[in-house]
Amino acid sequence: MTDTGSRTYVSYLDHQGRFKGIFSWLLSTDHKKIGLMYLNAVIVFFFVAVILGLLMRIELLAPGRTIMGPQTYNGMFTIHGVIMVFIIVIPALPAVFGNFFLPILIGAKDVAFPRLNLFSFYLYILGAILGVLSQFAGSGPPDTGWTFYVPYSAQSATNVIYALTAAFILGFSSILTGLNFIVTIHRMRAPGMTWFKMPLFPWALYATAWIQVLATPIIGITLLMVIAERVLNIGFFDPALGGDPVLFQHLFWIYSHPAVYIMVLPAMGIVSEIFPTFSQKPVFGYGAIVFSSLAIAFVGSFVWGHHMFTSGMSYWARWFFSFTTFIVAVPSAIKVFNWISTMYGGSIDLKPPLLYAIGFIFLFMIGGFTGLTLGSLASNIQVHGTSYVVAHFHYIIFGGMGFAFFAGIHYWFPKMFGKMYNFTIANISWVLVFVGFNVFYFPQFIIGFQGMPRRSFDYLPQFQTGEVISSIGSMVLVAGLFLMVINLFRAVYKGDPAPANPWKGVTLEWQIPSPPEHENFETIPEIKNKPYFFGNTSTN
Amino acid sequence: MSDSHNNIEHFDNEAGKMGMWIFLFTELFLFGGLFLVYAVFRTKYSADFHAGASELNSFIGTLNTVFLLTSSMTVAMSLTAIQKNNKNLALFLVSVTIMLAALFMMNKYFEWSHKFEFKIYPGSSVLKNMNRGELLFFGLYYMMTGLHALHVLVGMILLSINLVKIKRGVVNMKRYLLLENSALYWHLVDLIWIFLFPLLYLIT
Amino acid sequence: MDIPLPAFIPDNLINKDHMNNETHISSYSSLAIVLIILLLLTMISVTVTGFHLGPFAVAAALIIASIKVASVITYFMHVKFESLFMKLMISGVFVIFALIIIITFIDYLLR
Repeated sequence: MTDTGSRTYVSYLDHQGRFKGIFSWLLSTDHKKIGLMYLNAVIVFFFVAVILGLLMRIELLAPGRTIMGPQTYNGMFTIHGVIMVFIIVIPALPAVFGNFFLPILIGAKDVAFPRLNLFSFYLYILGAILGVLSQFAGSGPPDTGWTFYVPYSAQSATNVIYALTAAFILGFSSILTGLNFIVTIHRMRAPGMTWFKMPLFPWALYATAWIQVLATPIIGITLLMVIAERVLNIGFFDPALGGDPVLFQHLFWIYSHPAVYIMVLPAMGIVSEIFPTFSQKPVFGYGAIVFSSLAIAFVGSFVWGHHMFTSGMSYWARWFFSFTTFIVAVPSAIKVFNWISTMYGGSIDLKPPLLYAIGFIFLFMIGGFTGLTLGSLASNIQVHGTSYVVAHFHYIIFGGMGFAFFAGIHYWFPKMFGKMYNFTIANISWVLVFVGFNVFYFPQFIIGFQGMPRRSFDYLPQFQTGEVISSIGSMVLVAGLFLMVINLFRAVYKGDPAPANPWKGVTLEWQIPSPPEHENFETIPEIKNKPYFFGNTSTN
Repeated sequence: MSDSHNNIEHFDNEAGKMGMWIFLFTELFLFGGLFLVYAVFRTKYSADFHAGASELNSFIGTLNTVFLLTSSMTVAMSLTAIQKNNKNLALFLVSVTIMLAALFMMNKYFEWSHKFEFKIYPGSSVLKNMNRGELLFFGLYYMMTGLHALHVLVGMILLSINLVKIKRGVVNMKRYLLLENSALYWHLVDLIWIFLFPLLYLIT
Repeated sequence: MDIPLPAFIPDNLINKDHMNNETHISSYSSLAIVLIILLLLTMISVTVTGFHLGPFAVAAALIIASIKVASVITYFMHVKFESLFMKLMISGVFVIFALIIIITFIDYLLR
């Protein structure tokens, strides 16, 4: 496929459009370049947040004050949360891999609105900088937690407004990305690619995009109301003025629970691409995966109340939200069965992407099951606000979305950069990350169950064993992450050239040269087969 | 399916319109959050909300409704005019729309300044001494009409851009996506007002 | 053992949005009629307020407002002449919003 005949092949990395030098990147509307810029930004902010997390782990090595006081610790976990949630996990998968691969997977030359895409990248950067700035500027880092619960967030003297504005702007960026993807999928599929011939990653992005578009405005207006509360004393959430703090929690979680599905649906999409490729077998139950994505997006929009079981909701509301929480576990489980069955009987090639994808299933299962403990009314009372919750959502968000991100980067790396990384180092870093992760978070389940509160810089001596094991795990994890990133960075500059199709994949991105050309396809392909058709790769 | 393949050079009117609709959904949910807050507080403090609503001038509200509904029609007509290649009529109708929007804003200005004279604004001492429900009613009143007025201003700017582009022939019989999308935006402004008007002025 | 693709959603139905090439142009008179109806509904809504219907006042005002909104969407915004997919999408969004309000009120009304 690399032989393009009379035309000379120029990789998108070297392509110069209207602008030269650095501006050929910064002002590029090429979806691949925008995807890479997002990738760089995500890596930078990820390490900022990882370092904050590591500092918290060091603080928790011993009871009492170790390296920082309570106020600093409060700022740390708030900014760690804001950066991780709003700057990394919500945008990462759609903005990096979605931007880069959605158009390629559906056989298009770019997204529907390339300039809007660049605009949303700059909104993202603006929001991200504002978020980090809130840590340093003015009157001290915000100390409300990433959830900004009122009435405290309306009263705290710290830089809450910076963080709120940052989240607002990042939300807007996320909306525009989602909008772009929906229109792209509707209007720009290659001829012959009907909806049910579309690969699963675009399907996942489609379901995600709808949540981004419909849920994000609610958090936007909610954050505006908190700003109004602080600036104008408007009283919506202030009990002294007749307002209702629980209403804030409703509004906040109407967005922020579906936001979990913004994180995890594209993750599921990525592993749905990886399993067929490394099993050399069509995905098991294509239709079931598609419909479970849509079902998760829909049902997941109506489970928000399970964050508020102890907030004094009505009995029937608690009953309802607990019920829907259990319902939403069903489509998630269906997907797990599909992935496992895809591997069953396939010719499995245990390369790093597959290792991460298997790690994803393992960790996501633990996260999912502990989610059911939290979703049932009685046990929720016991573990609410403990480190059990912290462990649960890190298993879902880091173990789920994070591992899928690592799987995705190892899977698509040769396509994105045209280079191949070192497999041995990738495998070693996988072991470190996987083992470190479990050693880090599993003890949190146990001490959480015993009553260790979350968001506390101090604890009772009886939790020290668990906390120390956790902290050791965190260091192994961070070492693994560094090794992985170094391996990938080295490969960008010194790696061997990658072939067009190193994994024998059959989706469209593997049919074009690595790295792709500026507009992806010389001629738009005509789609005849279902995706993941391994029967005769030459005709696909 | 044959026309589903669009590359960048090909101008895709349908995609532009769909994008605009999706953007309108986000606007709808932005206001939706406020409507939810309104609904909750209205159930909680219905008597106070009655009292608050009766302090608003429903005549001004009705007048503004008429302005916005009419402007919605004129902007829809301007689209018909451009589709029928009647450039001058389109220019006239867009101008009328902007004028009606300006009248709306003027009305709003007088309404707000009248309230300010009586020291009814968020955080004022007069408001703090009112019933809790009335305080929240006026908080919502300012937040909702304020956000709406902001949208009216954005709509006016959009329509003014259209005025220039129609004059220059950039928006014409063949390519009128900008006008179509601006009209859609303007209709949304109208839609929001259709709900705001009875909720704030009429339910007394 | 692939689960068969559901036959109840034929592709050409979902892909309707690719198929409307000719644009419908609304006539001036039809738009004017819609405006007259909208103004009449506004008048009714204002008049009804004077009747002191109690709890039904809110319902009456909201029903009238919904009719107005529906006619603006259908005629001014040309949704009547859009693809089936667009119609489904727009009504779906309103349904989801209604669900969010209803579910929130499971909490507020039954507390």
